Amino acid sequence: MKAAVIVFPASNCDRDVAVSIERTSGVKPLMVWHRETTLPDDLDLVVVPGGFSYGDYLRSGAMAAHSPIMREVKSRSERGLPVLGICNGFQILTEAGMLPGVLMRNARLRFICRDVYLRVETHDSLFTDRYETGETVRIPIAHHDGNYFADDATLKEIEDNRQVAFRYCDEEGEVRPEVNPNGSRANIAGVFNRDRTVLGMMPHPERLAEDILGGADGKPLFLSLVEALS
Amino acid sequence: MKRPATRCVMRRPGAPAPSVPPVSAPSRERSVTPEVVAEHGLSPEEYELALGILGRAPNMTELGIFSVMWSEHCSYKSSKKWLKTLPTEAPWVICGPGENAGVIDIGDGLACIFKMESHNHPSFIEPYQGAATGVGGILRDVFTMGARPVANLNALRFGSPDHPKTRHLVSGVVAGIGGYGNCVGVPTVGGEVNFDPSYNGNILVNAMTVGIAAKDRIFYSGASGVGNPVVYVGSKTGRDGIHGATMASAEFNADSEEKRPTVQVGDPFTEKLLIEACLELMATDAIVAIQDMGAAGLTSSSFEMASKGGLGIDMDLDKVPQRERGMTAYELMLSESQERMLMVLKPGKEAMARAIFDKWELDFAVVGTLTDTGRMVLRMHGAVVADLPIDPLAQASPEYDRPWTRTERPPVVKPDDVPARDWREVLKKLIASPDLASKRWIWEQYDHMVMGDTVQRPGGDAAVVRIHGSNRGLAMTTDCTPRYCVADPREGGKQAVAEAWRNLTAVGARPLALTDNMNFGNPQKPEIMGQFVEVCEGMAEACRALDFPVVSGNVSLYNETSGQGILPTPTIGGVGLLNDLGRMATLPFRREGDVVVLIGDAIGGRGGWLGRSLYLRDILGRAEYAPPEVNLSIERRNGDFVRGLIEDGRVSTCHDVSDGGLLVALAEMAMAGGIGVSVSTDPSQAYAQPLHAWLFGEDQGRYLIAVPEHEADGIQREASRVGVPCRRVGITGGETLTVDGGEGLSVASLKAAHEAWLPNYMEGLKSP
Amino acid sequence: MKARIHITLKNGVLDPQGKAVGHALASLGFGGVEEVRQGKYIELDLTETDRAKARETVDRMCRTLLANTVIENYEIDLG
Repeated sequence: MKAAVIVFPASNCDRDVAVSIERTSGVKPLMVWHRETTLPDDLDLVVVPGGFSYGDYLRSGAMAAHSPIMREVKSRSERGLPVLGICNGFQILTEAGMLPGVLMRNARLRFICRDVYLRVETHDSLFTDRYETGETVRIPIAHHDGNYFADDATLKEIEDNRQVAFRYCDEEGEVRPEVNPNGSRANIAGVFNRDRTVLGMMPHPERLAEDILGGADGKPLFLSLVEALS
Repeated sequence: MKRPATRCVMRRPGAPAPSVPPVSAPSRERSVTPEVVAEHGLSPEEYELALGILGRAPNMTELGIFSVMWSEHCSYKSSKKWLKTLPTEAPWVICGPGENAGVIDIGDGLACIFKMESHNHPSFIEPYQGAATGVGGILRDVFTMGARPVANLNALRFGSPDHPKTRHLVSGVVAGIGGYGNCVGVPTVGGEVNFDPSYNGNILVNAMTVGIAAKDRIFYSGASGVGNPVVYVGSKTGRDGIHGATMASAEFNADSEEKRPTVQVGDPFTEKLLIEACLELMATDAIVAIQDMGAAGLTSSSFEMASKGGLGIDMDLDKVPQRERGMTAYELMLSESQERMLMVLKPGKEAMARAIFDKWELDFAVVGTLTDTGRMVLRMHGAVVADLPIDPLAQASPEYDRPWTRTERPPVVKPDDVPARDWREVLKKLIASPDLASKRWIWEQYDHMVMGDTVQRPGGDAAVVRIHGSNRGLAMTTDCTPRYCVADPREGGKQAVAEAWRNLTAVGARPLALTDNMNFGNPQKPEIMGQFVEVCEGMAEACRALDFPVVSGNVSLYNETSGQGILPTPTIGGVGLLNDLGRMATLPFRREGDVVVLIGDAIGGRGGWLGRSLYLRDILGRAEYAPPEVNLSIERRNGDFVRGLIEDGRVSTCHDVSDGGLLVALAEMAMAGGIGVSVSTDPSQAYAQPLHAWLFGEDQGRYLIAVPEHEADGIQREASRVGVPCRRVGITGGETLTVDGGEGLSVASLKAAHEAWLPNYMEGLKSP
Repeated sequence: MKARIHITLKNGVLDPQGKAVGHALASLGFGGVEEVRQGKYIELDLTETDRAKARETVDRMCRTLLANTVIENYEIDLG
């Protein structure tokens, strides 16, 4: 699998996700600087990593969404190239209009870094094939702006099309408002585009992909990609 | 600011400089009157010294430079006599105090670079920005030396929870630390938080950064090479943080609608760019010397670089990137704008270096040249605006031997003289008390996992961060028990060092070195100066006994409001090394049926030390008696024994016994693991009598381990062979914590109370 | 010419920051505040002298970058 990781000036999970990709695929991903305007032709996957892109001063991800490289990412994704956005990457993909909805300030207004439980809503995608539908996984979040919002019509559309990838749940897999860490509508933690070739998620699968770090529930996501795209 | 090198020779000023070129004082500047001198914090004696050095009266810019260079913060004038007594050497120390941060060898061609620094006063004035810029400053101290920062820690002390400002300060400081650290992408992995009324008017924000560098690529601040370019990089200079004295300057009066900000504002985005750009440039061979612009900005950085190299600098202030219009030389030299660095490059490397800073969209300007004159010559608008000899300012700042008095030793209390209370009520209250309650509400606001190497997260004895790409790790902790230090500064100083050493040991790490942050009240009071002296004595003794040298540090004095000083708070930041992360211990109970073993004993083998304990303070409301004694040879013997067990892979559950004593430590292990424990004493034995002293005494040098039954006997045998006290105190299992049978406490309800206090407090709710 | 842009959350979009400010005002004893909505204010110095052209450009800026029209409204004031 040939993957590219986009690097903005204040990306800070670029190395972390590159490590996870290399550990599962055996191939070092290409690190692509934000001022680049093209991506190689033979890419299998683009990852937009976590961090603060350009400082996130206007709205998280807003300025990055209009960077030269994101124009290329968007156009390649329209031609079917898979894209994974994690945390700030998810924010950038929504700001770029590649995913529905928007990520607002957490309901309690504080940055939150903690492990959360997620219910895998479908295993039927190249990102989630190694999970079971309905499975509960433990993956950390670390964000200030992860409160997913979409208006009623959009929400209905993404539910009808089964575009929700992950929802915040309790340890037993029950999706309850009390375990919603950030106020996201319908406890949404990750969404696909219509074709399920683009996934944005607030939790960081790369942070728990190795037992020594306290868990490996994030690893199947990378294994799924390697299997689907190699 | 860094602390003076312990071996540095303090040169007194010689004869005045022979010929003094005319130095123009811009007409808009005030003239230097005795009042202006006083406003700048220079005593009449210090001003005389300045006149002697200069051979004439200084202009405003020069006076400002004298004032910041000789401030307590930059010159350590009250403290350096005593700091020089701290041990700073060990075979693994590469660079001790005197540089931006301390450097130690961690093997495999790598060095660990770390330091702690206070940002107390700014954080009290503006908690968010004060704390944020504190983090920014300490990060720069570490990456300046060539290290990639891999972890941040912080030690915070707030006033009483009942004080009307405390909640606001906690909220702002925590958000500021998180806001900065999270954005730059360095995990904040540990620290400590205490509350005490003595901090009501002077909170403490001590931030620590740990970084890793290649051992053969460490960068220092001493300039060399006459003719080499002096380069300014980073953010532009504004009027941030300029000494309050300038508020009264003539120019300000003439333009009074524009208020000058004295609070520095941090920009973590720029800091992130600066880290990446500096590390990219450091991978080349372009840099001769580099120094961050911290307190006293351009002044201290330029003087230090030149002084260390025995050189001079000719600097053109017109070249300094400026954010605001019409800045004076005084303002440019004293500004504390954040995210700036000064470096000396090899000749001919400017274009290559500039390209790197352009890539990261940071300012880059050649502002001066190294000279062989030993003088700092500043030019602006074509005129010389200051001309000062460098060494006398940088190295001959006043050094005081301030009068001091010893703190009178409080009496030792016998366990039987302290009233007993039901252990259940005591435990419930202690684990939900401000000092012992869970600090999750705080550390969940810090990204403690970014960089993907956090192996032990906050909440344990020490945080552990994997050395990237290896199976080795760095353990780190911050520790101090101010209530001990105030009662007996010498024992308190020893205890702070010993506890840091113990926390590193408890995860299985070999403690290597420490950084300190000495927070005290007004040193002009003999009793406060005495606290400082005695704490240093105790620290020095512990550092020597434990082979745990001081490699960097920072001093914060005058933490007083209306004559009320803070508790003496010598915060210790310790770093240790784990050679195999597969053999590391953590705090939570892992399984049912493990035998819980106490290593170490009460001093003298009986009773328990209740003087200055939390039992005495928080249950009985008495801050009395002598704090526990630290026997350093026992400390070392017990710690080496426990570390050996962890390194052999025989122990993987371990916790040190500290605040609150044995039962609190057991409860912490139970709550973290979600497993109960049956504690048992042997009533026929004197050691557990009286029970409340055994359960809540704070005797030092002790650890709890939990091991399978088949390991316990062997460990006990071995302990008795080497003379380490070791006894079974319980068995894990069930859902409750019990003592000698009888009615127990549910671990779940303890945990609920432990977790609830801080969030409830911050929401303004009463604890259940 | 100066363009002053006010960006506010659309009605119906939960504004946790506004809510927190409202709560703080109430706890400080300021009664009679029914609702607080927090927004952003951005000031631009433009070289353009033609008001219509300026409005058109700034409007495009808002739609492209300055506001996220999924959740935000904006108002432009030229002067």
